[in-house]
Amino acid sequence: MEITSLLQDRILILDGAMGTMIQRYHLVEEDFRGEVFKDRKGFLQGNNDLLNITRPDIILEIHKAYLEAGADIIETNTFSGTSIAQADYHLEDAVYGINFEGARLAKEAVSSFSGRTCFVAGSIGPTNRTASISPDVNNPGFRAVTFDDLSQAYTEQINALIDGGVDILLIETVFDTLNAKAALFAAEQVFNERNITLPIMVSGTITDLSGRTLSGQTPEAFMISLEHIPLLSIGLNCALGSEMMEPYLKILAERAPFAVSAHPNAGLPNAFGKYDESAQCMRDKMVSFFEKKLVNIIGGCCGTTPEHIRVIAELARQYEPRKWKN
Amino acid sequence: MDRILRLSGLEPLVANKQTNFVNVGERTNVTGSKAFLRLIREDRFDEALAVAREQVEGGAQILDVNMDEAMIDGKTAMVTFMNLIASEPEIAKIPIMIDSSKWEIIQAGLKCLQGKGVVNSISLKEGEEVFLQQAKYIKSMGAAMVVMAFDEMGQADTYERRIEICSRSYRLLVDNAGVHPNDIIFDPNIFPVATGMDEHALNALDFFRATAWITENLPGCHVSGGVSNVSFSFRGNHAVREAMHAVFLYHAIQNGMDMGIVNPTMLAVYTDIEPALLEHIEDVFFNRRADATERLLALADTVQQGEKEVATEESWRGYDLVRRIEHSLIKGIDKYIEEDIAACLPLYERPLEIIEGPLMAGMNVVGDLFGEGKMFLPQVVKSARVMKKAVAFLQPYIEADSQGEIQKAGKILMATVKGDVHDIGKNIVGVVLACNNYEIIDMGVMVPGNEIVQKAALEGCDIIGLSGLITPSLDEMVKVASALEEQNLKIPLLIGGATTSKVHTAVKIAPSYNGPVIYVPDASRAVTVAEKIMGRDKIRYHREIQAEYERVRDHHEQHAAAKRLISLDSARRNRLKLPFDDLKVTEPKKLGIFSGKVACLSEIIPYIDWSPFFRSWDLHGKFPDILQDKIVGLEARKLFEDAQMCLHEGQQKGWFSPRYVLGIFPAHSEGDDIYILDPKKNHVLHRQVGLRQQTQKVEGQPNLCLSDFIAPKDSGVKDFLGCFVVTAGDVRELCQQFEGENDDYTSILLKAVADRIAEAMAEWLHERVRQDYWGYEQEPLSNEDLIAERYRGIRPAPGYPACPDHFEKLGIFSLLNATKILGVSLTESLAMNPASSVSGWYFAHPEAKYFGITGILSDQFQSVCERRGLNPSEHRSWFSSILK
Repeated sequence: MEITSLLQDRILILDGAMGTMIQRYHLVEEDFRGEVFKDRKGFLQGNNDLLNITRPDIILEIHKAYLEAGADIIETNTFSGTSIAQADYHLEDAVYGINFEGARLAKEAVSSFSGRTCFVAGSIGPTNRTASISPDVNNPGFRAVTFDDLSQAYTEQINALIDGGVDILLIETVFDTLNAKAALFAAEQVFNERNITLPIMVSGTITDLSGRTLSGQTPEAFMISLEHIPLLSIGLNCALGSEMMEPYLKILAERAPFAVSAHPNAGLPNAFGKYDESAQCMRDKMVSFFEKKLVNIIGGCCGTTPEHIRVIAELARQYEPRKWKN
Repeated sequence: MDRILRLSGLEPLVANKQTNFVNVGERTNVTGSKAFLRLIREDRFDEALAVAREQVEGGAQILDVNMDEAMIDGKTAMVTFMNLIASEPEIAKIPIMIDSSKWEIIQAGLKCLQGKGVVNSISLKEGEEVFLQQAKYIKSMGAAMVVMAFDEMGQADTYERRIEICSRSYRLLVDNAGVHPNDIIFDPNIFPVATGMDEHALNALDFFRATAWITENLPGCHVSGGVSNVSFSFRGNHAVREAMHAVFLYHAIQNGMDMGIVNPTMLAVYTDIEPALLEHIEDVFFNRRADATERLLALADTVQQGEKEVATEESWRGYDLVRRIEHSLIKGIDKYIEEDIAACLPLYERPLEIIEGPLMAGMNVVGDLFGEGKMFLPQVVKSARVMKKAVAFLQPYIEADSQGEIQKAGKILMATVKGDVHDIGKNIVGVVLACNNYEIIDMGVMVPGNEIVQKAALEGCDIIGLSGLITPSLDEMVKVASALEEQNLKIPLLIGGATTSKVHTAVKIAPSYNGPVIYVPDASRAVTVAEKIMGRDKIRYHREIQAEYERVRDHHEQHAAAKRLISLDSARRNRLKLPFDDLKVTEPKKLGIFSGKVACLSEIIPYIDWSPFFRSWDLHGKFPDILQDKIVGLEARKLFEDAQMCLHEGQQKGWFSPRYVLGIFPAHSEGDDIYILDPKKNHVLHRQVGLRQQTQKVEGQPNLCLSDFIAPKDSGVKDFLGCFVVTAGDVRELCQQFEGENDDYTSILLKAVADRIAEAMAEWLHERVRQDYWGYEQEPLSNEDLIAERYRGIRPAPGYPACPDHFEKLGIFSLLNATKILGVSLTESLAMNPASSVSGWYFAHPEAKYFGITGILSDQFQSVCERRGLNPSEHRSWFSSILK
């Protein structure tokens, strides 16, 4: 069944955090290096995307756990799979493998899972550079990355994701809308060249109480900046827990000509950087998302686990999805 | 289809029928403004930005930017200006119109816009293919587009040509390029009127008619135009031009124009226009009479050049100086900052005080607003730049003031810790600090702890700033702190980044390092913290931070305790295991019990800590700063004077009788208990029953009990324990006397002073024990170290956090025979009487430290009762506050 028609029927479930799950395995530097990267210089520990190549067993296991928990859409483990993000590890040459394997693993998990039609969304992160903000305050006109750098890097990532078999592109954790515009530009170019079209989900990040993205946009300005592309969905993820996200989500839900998605964190990180909002607690806070018909796609970001997704999926089943006008 | 305009800068711009006209600011256009061209040509981008800001403040809803000039590199100028605008939230909040006739400039401009802007303009001038290609590109870049009424034949200058080109363009854009009609803005060409040439007579009227036709027949699209063109013939006559613009706009809007390039500072109010002038202008626009132009020209000569007020909001310039500086900092306006700082110079004794005073005050407001979510990051960064400008201006004065000594405020090493690649926050902090004259050594991302430590030592850094965004970075920061400790460094460590917190810093990082460790919640606070930790009062500040973090730890522990207490067995397994050898255990010079009087009160007075004295009067602040406090300073000074009088008079009249008794005994520990032995016969004099922390500790942190600081019996090491009771003497009778004379004030004052004397005695006696009786402290400590409690050993007291069990006072009192020697007794509820007394123990192990017991489980309570031989049901109430 097509995802667009499924979205009319019910609320779809996106999976939860990858990083939190990986942390549970207490991996060490050697796990990240594997055989393939054992002679690379520098530290590779923490480069989670690399595990697609070096510990595919773990990534596959996590994907399966989320499918079992009720996810309709699982995200590839490719959040940092651009040459820009990988440059910190001197692994620009690993980008294709990271994305191809990432997509292939997720696809494998979906194929081996029977019961529901599930989808693989290629996760496309913001990179760690901002196209709209100077890292040097003495030189506000300076940019550490340009639109062209970004769209080139995204083109590489998107091609590899498509080769690996993703069904959807998910441009997420957008902290600088110009970065996202570059990703959308790249996606469009790739689609044109390959003569295909995949649905695109975009999810922004409202950094804090200011109600703005890191690059300073309000949620509505963010949406307006990206609505030139016929998106599958627009939404919010990361940085905030459910209740703090709700007012901003509401703005998107009222005005978006697309489906609306949300994958909040399991609350705010506690003093030790851990997200400790329990599945039950997160579920309870999400009730008002559903009662107010704010979402079409729901999932979890930092700190969420298959248990979170399981209870959220159970809850979502009791509600109608948000209706919207194209 | 509805005619809706949806654009965005940092904020949305949504216009529809109800909101009608959208005003485009035009002064940031090198083809339209000579002044702006000069600024760009001379690379004066600061001032160019000020022009943009004026436009926004003057009411522009979209900012038109044009860099088309042969003498400048238009593409570079466009990119530079776009990037600069992006860092000015007050400007970037509105959408940008990239205005150029060069396609490469348009492309370059679009690549800098995060919002949905407008391209001005494309047209059919070079044919359909180029037109469609450009339109598709603009669409992909997420912008709307101005489409000129221009085709292969040239510019449309009649009604018919206008509608012909616009309808053809519309169909191509919507049907072939897939452009949303709402993203099409037609510019049907506004041409000058009253030129004296007949073919221009219909210029205004045709525009109005074409606009009406487009609005009617091309659904969803918009109509715009450059209004000032219309009055071109009246250059130099502002009054007439302003009136013409107003009249033209009025009629154009009536006909459906919903956007326009108008200089809001060159616009009259339609209803204010003098009727004769209005009529003459309308005659020209509608071509109502053959002599319309001559009549308007004649009238124009007589119209006075009315001085029009500049419509920008500059009323804040009327504020007082300090508020003006604050305003500049908050709004990120650097235009007047030098002028205002210059005005400050004669008002302050030293130029540095301007930084410490009004500038820092302003930055603190910025920090508060940021903390409350009322400002956001780009604004804070902008504020930092204004700050930098102010500091740079002051620099030569500061140098002159310090006799030519050029000094950086300090050297700060910044790094994102190993395993973490996020550096946006770190960079912002770096620049904010650099703006404040700190030298920044930025080690970048993924920096291993040992490299940070080496570099900091090598460079002689004054401060180390650690940043991290992901969870594992928190552990990495602890490692850096430990590495610093291993090297015995004392460089202040600043902690920041998204996942860091005050609690984590207090609980996990600070205990691993003896140097100052300070959590910096956001970039705007970095300067204040750096200043304080390097300033004159750094020791005091460090102590305050330590005290605050101690409270945070206690609170955290209490909080955690409520959730998780572990069994006594588990807690005991996790006890602290200290080494007890010759280096750690010093045999006291004197063993036994000693007592005495303080001969002269003045010996004690330097040991008094006055801050708690003021607190007892509800005056909050640190001594001696509190005496200068704006709000409570006066009261504090009065009170302090009275306290001095009280001390003086008490000394003269012998109100206080400060006495002490102390004992030093051999001792060993067994489990949680300490056995205190007779110095000569070595039999057990007393078994001190200890409480152990039962809170769930993070890995590596022990569950402490005081007995952990005393060598265990089976170690065979001979260890020692001291105990003491001090008193300021009994002032109750005297107090009653004052109360009898209705002098309650003096009575309370006297009690409060007596309490301070008792506490000071405890401090004084501890020093004598360390240096004399026990004698392990060879050199007297400096006052600074004393204040910072940088001495070896602790003197915990029963009834306080490390031993909330008051019962142990009984042991101390009986060991020392304190009631007989000092006349201090214990009440039924085990309070000391007189109250101005202190009792406690001396632990001399170098690793001994204060800790808190916030909760115990009934297994420990039962065990304590058994060890003491008490009936649990009768003693439960003693432990009620900690028994969970």
